[in-house]
Amino acid sequence: MSADPTDDILGTALDWKRAGKGVALATVVTTWGSAPRPVGSQLAVDDEGKFIGSVSGGCIEGAVVTEALDAIADGKPRMLDFGVSDAQAWEVGLACGGKIQIFVERLDG
Amino acid sequence: MKQEILEQLQQDRAEKRPVVLATFLKTGEQRLLYLYGKKGLKDIDPRIGEAARAAVLEDKARTVETEQGPLFLNVFNPPLRLILVGAVHIAQALVPMAQLAGYEVAVIDPRSAFGSPERFPGVTLSNDWPDEAMAQMKPDLRTAVVTLTHDPKIDDPALVAALKSDVFYIGALGSKKTHASRLERLTAAGFGPDDFARIHGPVGLSIGAKSPAEIAISILAQMTVALRQSTPAKAAA
Repeated sequence: MSADPTDDILGTALDWKRAGKGVALATVVTTWGSAPRPVGSQLAVDDEGKFIGSVSGGCIEGAVVTEALDAIADGKPRMLDFGVSDAQAWEVGLACGGKIQIFVERLDG
Repeated sequence: MKQEILEQLQQDRAEKRPVVLATFLKTGEQRLLYLYGKKGLKDIDPRIGEAARAAVLEDKARTVETEQGPLFLNVFNPPLRLILVGAVHIAQALVPMAQLAGYEVAVIDPRSAFGSPERFPGVTLSNDWPDEAMAQMKPDLRTAVVTLTHDPKIDDPALVAALKSDVFYIGALGSKKTHASRLERLTAAGFGPDDFARIHGPVGLSIGAKSPAEIAISILAQMTVALRQSTPAKAAA
């Protein structure tokens, strides 16, 4: 994506890492239906749960941050699936029945 | 992700190189792919290289299936660029239009009376000869080059530099007759039909354009077609 906000996200992730924090990156890798953020969108999380960027309209970020903290702890990359049915999609905030897959990885020194 | 990969990615982006971050989704293993030099992909499965190239051209991330499972290709593209050769009237119309369409515009004209900051405020201006200027600008596959002077001394070196690069669009202003003699000169310089097929000349879509602004519209429209409808992926679909 050539969208500018990405600058801040990866730049911030790097700053956090350089400052000695644990950092994880979450990236939208697949979308079906009307997902709110395009494939390639990113979110960076530090070890205190602070985050920058977005992978949805703002409603699954909480769940992604929780998984990101786990990834920071164990170092294992993981794939998250959200919004299987319309009803569930609504619960996690994918109001239009979209589905997204998010890859979460730790930033390693 | 390794910190060194992120450091390199950030440096590539700061230096405006198109780059693809390839991630094996099963293992998290990653590497950066570069497509601007044509050489960069020799050690890669051609199918992955083709997908990465299409991802850059369409500015769209994607996943390809490989023997090691799904490989996610995330694209980090610099802004689109337009290099105009010839700081003429059409350029004055085309600069703001291209900027609106998201291009970073540079204007090259060795005649400093034409290529002056007064005539082209807020644009990267070069009064070097096009071959030197373009060597510095390093046009890539997210760059369009349009020559507007009609003067072979100025246009030809720019076309030669463009043909040797990966630019997605080359346009050359001039009548059919001008274009025919241009191709003769380029043939003498060692170029052939495959190269000529890359040059849009006479430049622009046929929309009956008359004024400089209308010609600028026809050029920008043709650039858009080249950008959005001419990628390998689209052709195969």
